[in-house]
Amino acid sequence: MRSYLARAYQLTNTSVLHHAAVPKSYTDRLGRKLFMALLTLQGLGAFALITLGVILKKHAVAHSVMRPRIRHEINRAGIALMPMFFFIALALGFLVVSQTVAALAKVGATNYLGSTMVIVIVRELGPLLTATLVLARVGTANVIELGTARALGEVEALEALGIDPVHYLIVPRVLGLALGIFSLTIYLIIGALASGYLFAFLQDVPITPGDYLKQIAEALGWLDFALLALKTLAFGFFIAIVTCYHGLAQPLRLEDVSRVAVRAVTQGVIVCVLIDALFIVLYLVT
Amino acid sequence: MNETAFTASAVIEMRDAGISTLRDSSLIVAENVNWSVAPGEFWVVAGQQQSGKSDFLMTAAGLLLPTQGSCRVFGCETNDFGEAQVAERLRVGFVFAGGKMFSHLTVAENVALPLLYHKDLTDLEMAREVETLLELMELTPFANATSANLAANWRQRAALARALILKPELLLLDNPLGGLGARHRHWLLQFLEQLQRGHEWFEARPLTLVVTTDDLRPWPHAQRKYAVLHEGSFSGLGSWGDVASASHHAVKELLAEPAGAIM
Repeated sequence: MRSYLARAYQLTNTSVLHHAAVPKSYTDRLGRKLFMALLTLQGLGAFALITLGVILKKHAVAHSVMRPRIRHEINRAGIALMPMFFFIALALGFLVVSQTVAALAKVGATNYLGSTMVIVIVRELGPLLTATLVLARVGTANVIELGTARALGEVEALEALGIDPVHYLIVPRVLGLALGIFSLTIYLIIGALASGYLFAFLQDVPITPGDYLKQIAEALGWLDFALLALKTLAFGFFIAIVTCYHGLAQPLRLEDVSRVAVRAVTQGVIVCVLIDALFIVLYLVT
Repeated sequence: MNETAFTASAVIEMRDAGISTLRDSSLIVAENVNWSVAPGEFWVVAGQQQSGKSDFLMTAAGLLLPTQGSCRVFGCETNDFGEAQVAERLRVGFVFAGGKMFSHLTVAENVALPLLYHKDLTDLEMAREVETLLELMELTPFANATSANLAANWRQRAALARALILKPELLLLDNPLGGLGARHRHWLLQFLEQLQRGHEWFEARPLTLVVTTDDLRPWPHAQRKYAVLHEGSFSGLGSWGDVASASHHAVKELLAEPAGAIM
C-alpha cells in the first residue's frame, strides 16, 4: 500500500535537480529539462501501471465505500458539467458547424458535408474540447484536493487505517473521469451537430434535415465509434493519472499545491495533444 | 540479522533501527534504536520538538520503513507490510498529532470509514457500533460536523475514536495532549489509563499503548515505562522513579516548567 506511492515517487524524485544550481550554458539547461521530463514520464508511467493494477486487483474490495465514491466522481466529472456542455455544444454548432455547412453549400460542395463533420466534430473537436474543459474544471480540483490531503497528512491517516490510498482516492477519480469524458463527448457531438444545423437552417442553407443526417450517418464507420470510445476513455484515464500523480505521489507542503496544479494542467494538455496525435495516426493507418 | 534475537511475544521490536523523516528519507532522526514493547505495556516516549518523535512513532507503526536494521510489529517485519499483512496492520491503531481527520467526511463518517472498508457489516450493525463509540467518547453532538468545524479538542477525540473503531491491540498516539484544554487533557489521561487496564469497548482486554510527548509532567505513573529521543539517539529510561532521578539534561528539560508558565 504505502510502497505503491513511495515507488512512483522514487522513480521521479526530481527534487535534487530542482534544488541544484542553475546551469550556466543553454545546452546544460536544455539537458536538465529533458532529463526532468524523462523522469516525470517514467513516474507517470509507473503510476498509471500501479493504478491499473489496483483497479484490476481490487475491483471487488470494499464495495460499500467505493460505489458511492465512484458515483460521486461520475457526477462531478459528468452530470454536473452537463449545463456547461450544453452551452459549449450550442457555441460549437454556431461557430463551427453552421459556418462550415453554409460555406460548403455556397460552393456547392454539400456532398462533403458528412465527411467534414465527422472529421472536424466527431474525431477531433468534440473529444479534444471535452477533455480540455474537463481537465480545467475537474483536473485542477483533483490536484488541489489531493495535494491538500497529502500536505495535511490525510494520506498517512488512510495508510494507518489499512486503506490503500490509490484504491480509495485514485480509482474513483480515474473511473469517474474516463466515463465522464466519454459521455460528455457524445452529448457535445450530438448537441453541436444539431445546433449547427439549426443555425445553418436559419441562414437558409438549402439542405433538408434528412439529407444532413443521412450524409453524417454515411460518413460514420464502425471504426469511428470504436476509436471515439477508446480515445475518450484514454483522455479520461490519463487526465486522472496526471492530476492525481501530481497531487498525491509526491510529498507536498500547502504552499506547493498551487504551483503543482499549474504544472499538472500543463502536462495534462500535453498528454491530451499526444493522445490525439496518436489517434490521428491510427485513423490514417486504418 | 539473527532471527532468534527477536522476542516472540513482543508487540513492537526494533533492532538497530535507523529512523528517517517522512519528508526526506535521507534525513536521519535516530540511529541504532533497540526497543521492545511487551503486551499490555504503556510506554511514554519523550523528546523536544523536532526531535523526530512523530517519525519514530510512524516507523513503529510500519508507516515509515527503517533506514537500517529492522522493525517488527506483532512479529511481522514492517518492510514486508503489504496487502497480505492488512490483518496485522489492523491490530495497530494510530492517532496522529492534530487528528488528521478526513476533511471531506463528517465525524461519524470518519469513524465509520475503517469499518465500512474492512468489515462486512450490515448498515444497522455498523451504525450501532459507530453510535456506541461516539457516545462513549462524548462525541454524539458532533457526529454530523466536519473536522473543519470542530474545535481541536474534539478533533483529537474524534481521531481517537476512528483509531479505536476496529478494536486494535496496540494503540500509538502522537503527542495526544498537544493543544488540548485542561478538561480534555484530564479526560484523555483517564481514558488512556482505562484502556491500559481494560476498557468495556475492548471487552475489558488490556491494550498496549505508546504515546509521544514533549512534556513529561502529565505522564507520571508507576506502571509506565519511559524513553527519550534526543539528538539522534533513543534511550530507555525505565520507570517514573528513574525518570524523576535522571541526570540526563534532556530529561530535566522535559520535566521542567515551561518558561512562559514561570513568568
